[in-house]
Amino acid sequence: MKDAILTVKNLKVVFHTYRGTVHALDRINFTVLKNERFGIIGETGCGKSVTSLAIMRLIEQPGEIVEGEIVFDGKDLVKTQESILNTIRGREISMIFQEPLSSLNPVMKVGFQIGESIAKIKNTSIKSCRQEVFEALKAVDLDPTRVSNLYPHELSGGMAQRIMIAMALSSNPKLLIADEPTSALDVTIQAQIMNLLDDLVSKMNNTVILITHDLGVAAQFCDKIMIMYAGTVVEQAKTEELFDNPLHPYTKGLLKAIPKVGNRDKLTGIPGSVPDLVNPPSGCRFHPRCPYAMKICSVEKPPLTEMNPGHLVACHLYGDKNG
Amino acid sequence: MTLTEKISDFMEKRRPILEDWKHTFFLWRRTKLAIIGTVIVIVFVLVAIIGPFFIPYDPLSQNMAERLQPPSLKHFFGTDQFGRDIFSRVVSGSMIEVEIIIIVSIISGGIGLILGVIAGYFGGAIDEILMRATDMFLAFPSLILAMAFAAMLGPSLINTIIAISLVGWTVFARLARAEAMKVKNQPYIEAIRALGASRTRIISIHVTPMCVSPVLVQLTLRMGTVILTAASLGFLGLGVRPPLPEWGAMVSDGRSFLLDQWWISTFPGIAIAIVVLGFNLLGDGLRDIMDPRLRR
Amino acid sequence: MKLGSYILKRSLLMLLVMFGVLAIVFAIVHVIPADPVGALLGGNAPPDVVERMKEQLGLNKPLFDQFVDYVWGVIHGNLGNSIQSGRQVIQDIAEYFPVTLQLAIASIIISIFLGIFLGIFSAIYRNRWIDHFSRIFSILGVSMPVFWTGLILLLVFYYILGWLPGTGQLSLFVIPPEKITGMILVDSLLDGNWEAFWDGLRHLILPATVLGYAATASIARITRASMLDVLNQDYIRTAKAKGMPKRIVIYRHALKNALIPVITIIGLTFGGLLEGAVLTETVFGLPGLGRYIVNALLVLDYPAIMGGTLFIALVYSLVNLSVDLIYAVIDPRMRV
Repeated sequence: MKDAILTVKNLKVVFHTYRGTVHALDRINFTVLKNERFGIIGETGCGKSVTSLAIMRLIEQPGEIVEGEIVFDGKDLVKTQESILNTIRGREISMIFQEPLSSLNPVMKVGFQIGESIAKIKNTSIKSCRQEVFEALKAVDLDPTRVSNLYPHELSGGMAQRIMIAMALSSNPKLLIADEPTSALDVTIQAQIMNLLDDLVSKMNNTVILITHDLGVAAQFCDKIMIMYAGTVVEQAKTEELFDNPLHPYTKGLLKAIPKVGNRDKLTGIPGSVPDLVNPPSGCRFHPRCPYAMKICSVEKPPLTEMNPGHLVACHLYGDKNG
Repeated sequence: MTLTEKISDFMEKRRPILEDWKHTFFLWRRTKLAIIGTVIVIVFVLVAIIGPFFIPYDPLSQNMAERLQPPSLKHFFGTDQFGRDIFSRVVSGSMIEVEIIIIVSIISGGIGLILGVIAGYFGGAIDEILMRATDMFLAFPSLILAMAFAAMLGPSLINTIIAISLVGWTVFARLARAEAMKVKNQPYIEAIRALGASRTRIISIHVTPMCVSPVLVQLTLRMGTVILTAASLGFLGLGVRPPLPEWGAMVSDGRSFLLDQWWISTFPGIAIAIVVLGFNLLGDGLRDIMDPRLRR
Repeated sequence: MKLGSYILKRSLLMLLVMFGVLAIVFAIVHVIPADPVGALLGGNAPPDVVERMKEQLGLNKPLFDQFVDYVWGVIHGNLGNSIQSGRQVIQDIAEYFPVTLQLAIASIIISIFLGIFLGIFSAIYRNRWIDHFSRIFSILGVSMPVFWTGLILLLVFYYILGWLPGTGQLSLFVIPPEKITGMILVDSLLDGNWEAFWDGLRHLILPATVLGYAATASIARITRASMLDVLNQDYIRTAKAKGMPKRIVIYRHALKNALIPVITIIGLTFGGLLEGAVLTETVFGLPGLGRYIVNALLVLDYPAIMGGTLFIALVYSLVNLSVDLIYAVIDPRMRV
């Protein structure tokens, strides 16, 4: 068995708003192994992005990590000081964001922004990193001399995301978190970016957490997939296992909602809508929408249990195995 | 439908508005500065209304035997060169400031609202003329224009009010215009027009009320400035004239006695500072509450 | 190219506005029922003297002709003669304005530094006591009447403590520098007159502080709001995710973006400074344009009133115009 690089235990994150406390993450658990490509899937607002920001320790007011551990490479990031976190961010864990254009500083040239990352890691001046900046840009198939002198508003979305990738991978991080890296881009560009990411990560052997709402993208890219719903983990399995043998009613619903070429059957959505996380449903958060809901579902939160080797699910339907 | 059903139906329909109010109230409560400002303003208005019944001396009558007395238990803020009790003058002066604020707000808000709505609703040449006119007024620093108006009209309370109003209407006109332009393109106005309502009716009943609230907010934001402008005119001798206890004129009165009788200028000045601070804190909080970028 | 046509458009618009300003000033002085000749000669002057005076001042002509005369004069740089000083108004302005300009520049430097500093601190420590303190501090500045603050500071620092000099531009026995720009500090530097420079600077501290402090609030407020806005942007999150320390995130990544909107408010603040200058100059006895206008208003010296007000409006409009242009140039997004 390979080593774990990241273990999240009982992580609970809340946001304090005028409507009350939003329970964004409700004690979630998962482990990412070294060199794994780990997918996190869920609808908008299910807590995927909050999870990634929590790992980076970038949850800010009015949000707060209330309890839990995030063990990365042996250190609990929840208890780590800000100054040490800054040596981990960008060097050992890098991140790519959803909106590449707004994620670049509008008043700085692209070259400077990449150089800044490299200079910090190498502890030198930004000017002396010119060579590395050029290499980083070449690696993402951009023309270094031209692009490094551009301002972000002169870029297309695809170019901007390539630059974000160049920046994130310039330190060859142990863990790369890609938060919906392609959902703001055109479909054709999406494929290019995912292929580029695939190539670079294969070469450098980084561990990747890919966050997406697109099952197709995840299926192609990830070794393992975790499904989240309303701030909880509902299921986790190897990619093929998950698609061949989904266990949780929510996962089943998601898979049915994907259109397949040649299949003219009517698509089925999941009835109901995502719950309000100020007053989340009691017990299993999915029970109000679940076709198989039982009495116990509204009372007790189902624990995440291993059904088959490596296949975890949190559902009372499989309760007998819990013993 | 029973009454309770009717009420709950009524509430249900207005839920978005209620939510919005609740949110605004939540933000107001969280904005500590706005609360402090609100308290100061309320106290100020109360003092202005009931203060004159409780003051120990007549603010206008002179008493040469007691001139230039330092603050004491008898005269809380001391007396001026004519033996008038400064505490009584400051308290009764608050009514003058309230009067100025209210009348200026009505005049300048009213002119601004009417002209702005007309310009915004009709557009075209009327609009162009109005906007250029506001540009011209806004090309002056406002106190300097108010000074010129006040001086030419002659210094008095009523002329102070007129001068400040004449300078202030432009901001409200621009706001009302912007709002009217938004409202007139709403589908429901189109529908009312299709039903054959007259222009006057549409403007007065359907458009103008929608433009009132931004103007009201802006009026609140500017009340502090109005007091400061009035006081500045009073100080320069271009505004309210002695013996009326206008705070700015009182500061000016005490100028030549500043060295030995510091209290004559000091207390009216503090009164101005506190009241204007109250309005500005309230206004600052209001701006925060209204700012969509900060409304999180 | 786009920038060029923008400048042209704005300048033409300003010309139109200035014409309107002229009309307003003229209307204030001529339409509103004040009696300049009466004020000048006293109420009991014999009618023939009054008539002669009116003729001398051109007040007997029809209003429209007077206006045309005045506009014609303004176009040729002739603002008429001051009744009080008997000199050309334009000469008076040239003498008084540098004093105001020096005061305004000193004040705006103070208010920009103080305002940006307070605004940044407020934003970083949002809703904590540092934020509350710096906001109350800056709002207090705009709430205290400048004429009163000036008097109190004079009382404390001049009369009681004796640390700083009192009213005026220079002490009585200091030899003033040769007049070049009219601004004491600049002239004494050019002149190499260090005594006058030091003395002038000490005289400038109180008025500039009073006026600068009064103008701080709006700059602090806009800096805070804009900083908060910027700190919520995605690229700040990127910078943090890159492991940039807080200091660099704030000063390198956030501040530059946050200051772009601050520039526009500086133009508006300048208007506030010109107003405040009227009061500050009166309190501190500075021979500036503000005091010149007040004196003219008090004796209804109407050519001086018109000329002075017109000039102030022109300066204010020019400042706002240049601020808009700077804004257009500075933001890389507008440079396309």
